[in-house]
Amino acid sequence: MIEEKLKHNIKLVKKGDQTAFEDIVAYYQNKVFAICYRMIGDKQEAEDIAQEAFIRAYLNIQSFDENRKFSTWLYRIATNLTIDRIRKKKPDYYLDAEIKGTEGLNLYAQLPAEQALPEEEVESLEMQSYIQNEIMQLPAKYRSIIALRFLDELSLKEISEILEIPVGTVKTRIHRGREALRKRLRHV
Amino acid sequence: MKCNKEMVELMHQYLDGDITRDDEQLLRSHLQSCEACQKHFQELKRTVALVTANLELKPSNDFTRNVMAQLPKEKKRMTAKRWMKLHPMLTAAAIFFILMFSGIFSAWNQDQQLSYPKGQNLIVENDTVIVPKDVVIEDDLEVKNANVKVEGEVKGDVILINGEHLSASAGKIAGEIKEVDQVFNWMWYKLKDLVESVFSLD
Repeated sequence: MIEEKLKHNIKLVKKGDQTAFEDIVAYYQNKVFAICYRMIGDKQEAEDIAQEAFIRAYLNIQSFDENRKFSTWLYRIATNLTIDRIRKKKPDYYLDAEIKGTEGLNLYAQLPAEQALPEEEVESLEMQSYIQNEIMQLPAKYRSIIALRFLDELSLKEISEILEIPVGTVKTRIHRGREALRKRLRHV
Repeated sequence: MKCNKEMVELMHQYLDGDITRDDEQLLRSHLQSCEACQKHFQELKRTVALVTANLELKPSNDFTRNVMAQLPKEKKRMTAKRWMKLHPMLTAAAIFFILMFSGIFSAWNQDQQLSYPKGQNLIVENDTVIVPKDVVIEDDLEVKNANVKVEGEVKGDVILINGEHLSASAGKIAGEIKEVDQVFNWMWYKLKDLVESVFSLD
């Protein structure tokens, strides 16, 4: 969506025009869904949370500062909702768990290389759920970073704003998360 | 396989687009000489590609519809506003009709006074206009808001607006008796009258 059109639509929504919000939902639905899914790992749950994120965004649109980036604001709502949901599902220690040392070779990592899947299947659903399964092995705070980083459109600074953590921490977590995923996915 | 932590760090910085020019040079020259780091770097890039390629990662088709359905009901005022924006012609037509009808209705309502042709020797008793026995009206007789009793003779039509004809055995009406007591009939009659007067040959 062109920046201008988005701004115009947000103004309309602020005035109470609901149909202007429809375009916004249509435009951002894939991204918001992807963030939620990467973090929670279940499509149905991700869809529920993503819907709720949009509804919250609509209800709180008056508090959105038009000088700021809408996507950042929206993604923050989505990540916060997802983190809340994960908290409800899992005990706290899981959220703050660190990735275990670099040596962590697991079952998947020990699979022989000839079982590697062909390139074309990267996009297949099976492959997607396999990758997602690997992501789910990471602690939640790394998952949120991975989810945002691999949308491939946000700067490190924007990610730090969304998650409200320092840029330095964002970098470290991206590096660690990516390193951990490399180990899990290198045989693919 | 682990060359050194520093190089791996540079790889990540490179992948995040967060690397200085010098460090990039350093990384490049090191990658050319170190096979282990090259492999590590390839694996990282591949990981990024695998996780980023999420074309299949889409919510259900009716996602947007579901969200819209769950939003609180919009204010009525907004719906009307948007409707008017979408249908300017209909809006203009509606306004036109509202004005036109309100004009007609107010004309109808103001017109509650008894009226009948003057100077024809008619008698008015309460709400009744009487054509006396020995009076002959050559033309149409139009009476508004009163009843009519014809004891004499009317050669034309009797037109009653908001009134009724009280028949009297002695009277004689050559033309028709038209009772008009509905707004639309009245309008219709007025229109017909207008058309007739415009197109009448004589």
